[in-house]
Amino acid sequence: MNVRIRPLQPPWPRAALRMLTLLVFVAAAPLAAAQGVQVDKSEIRFVSKQMGVNVDGRFRKWTANVVFLPADLAHSKADFDIELASIDLASEESETELKRKDWFDTPRFPLATFRSSSVKSLGGDRYEIAGKLSIKGTDRDVTIPVQVRKDAAGNSVAEGQFAVKRLAFGIGSGPWSDPSVVADDVLVRVRIVLARAG
Amino acid sequence: MTQGSENDRYGAAAIALHWVTAALIVANLLLGLSMVALPFSPRKLQWYQWHKWVGVTVFLVTCARLAWRAVHPAPPAVAMPRWQLRAAAVSHAALYALLFLVPLSGWLYSSATGVQVVYLGLVPLPDLVAKDRALGDVLKTVHVTLNVALFSLVALHAAAALRHHFIDRDAVLSRMLPLPRSE
Repeated sequence: MNVRIRPLQPPWPRAALRMLTLLVFVAAAPLAAAQGVQVDKSEIRFVSKQMGVNVDGRFRKWTANVVFLPADLAHSKADFDIELASIDLASEESETELKRKDWFDTPRFPLATFRSSSVKSLGGDRYEIAGKLSIKGTDRDVTIPVQVRKDAAGNSVAEGQFAVKRLAFGIGSGPWSDPSVVADDVLVRVRIVLARAG
Repeated sequence: MTQGSENDRYGAAAIALHWVTAALIVANLLLGLSMVALPFSPRKLQWYQWHKWVGVTVFLVTCARLAWRAVHPAPPAVAMPRWQLRAAAVSHAALYALLFLVPLSGWLYSSATGVQVVYLGLVPLPDLVAKDRALGDVLKTVHVTLNVALFSLVALHAAAALRHHFIDRDAVLSRMLPLPRSE
């Protein structure tokens, strides 16, 4: 899937290079967005509410396969694999806790995945991505409203947020299943920067 | 010479604010030390919240105290050697500074770990810094170090007060005690 455009090497004849560059662009055009997720500028964060207090977290490691074609939404998609053990939470202690059986049970279920099934336009720069979210062996259909903007460098910045009902996935059981301790709704915020295609 | 005449006592408000602060910081030290030792549990999260609420209260009480003191100066100093007056002035200033800095460092630490502070479960305080685990680790050390400094000074402060009371037999402690000394 990954097509890399290497820096031009001097010994190549110019015309051949131009030809080649053109070919690469034509061939890679539908995939251009797929390679473009800039992981260092993108983030998957979440906010959970503990006893009425917002607690921020994020995932340090994840991979995405995103194809965003405004003119061809049928071939657009957004798939994510998130390494749950890479959670960044308040403290080492809470991160260790979240990997345990009561929460994510990362030894058994290392990945949370999202597979989009459709991308539709809501008009203007707004879109809606529908798909299947899988965590800890449980699948749920979710829809994620997304807004896509261009940044100064011409990259596409897609931002969306949606609530995950943690109890439906069995995240936080035993003493933690009480929603007054940790609220059922966890707000997931995704910000994806796609390098300018071509 | 001053020997604890009524006029030389601290005012009732100053006395109340002093002892409320003393009670709050000692209680919060014990709460802080206990909560970190708890296993990860809902109770632990609850105790952390209470610890933060007490810390914010100390901050607010110290603001009220300094405002009060600005309008109501402390009574004239009890006669004592110059070095003691100087040491008292320096340690009092440091105590006031730490009564601000310790809660502030806790608030910063909480912000850096990504945990909002909601005073009494009602008033959300703004996050002072963005979530940053590395910064959080630094601020944890800062918070602990400032506490060591605060309670070392509190111990010195209390020892000096007791020395004045029982050895020098002057009015330094009695003029800050809630009840006037029975003559």
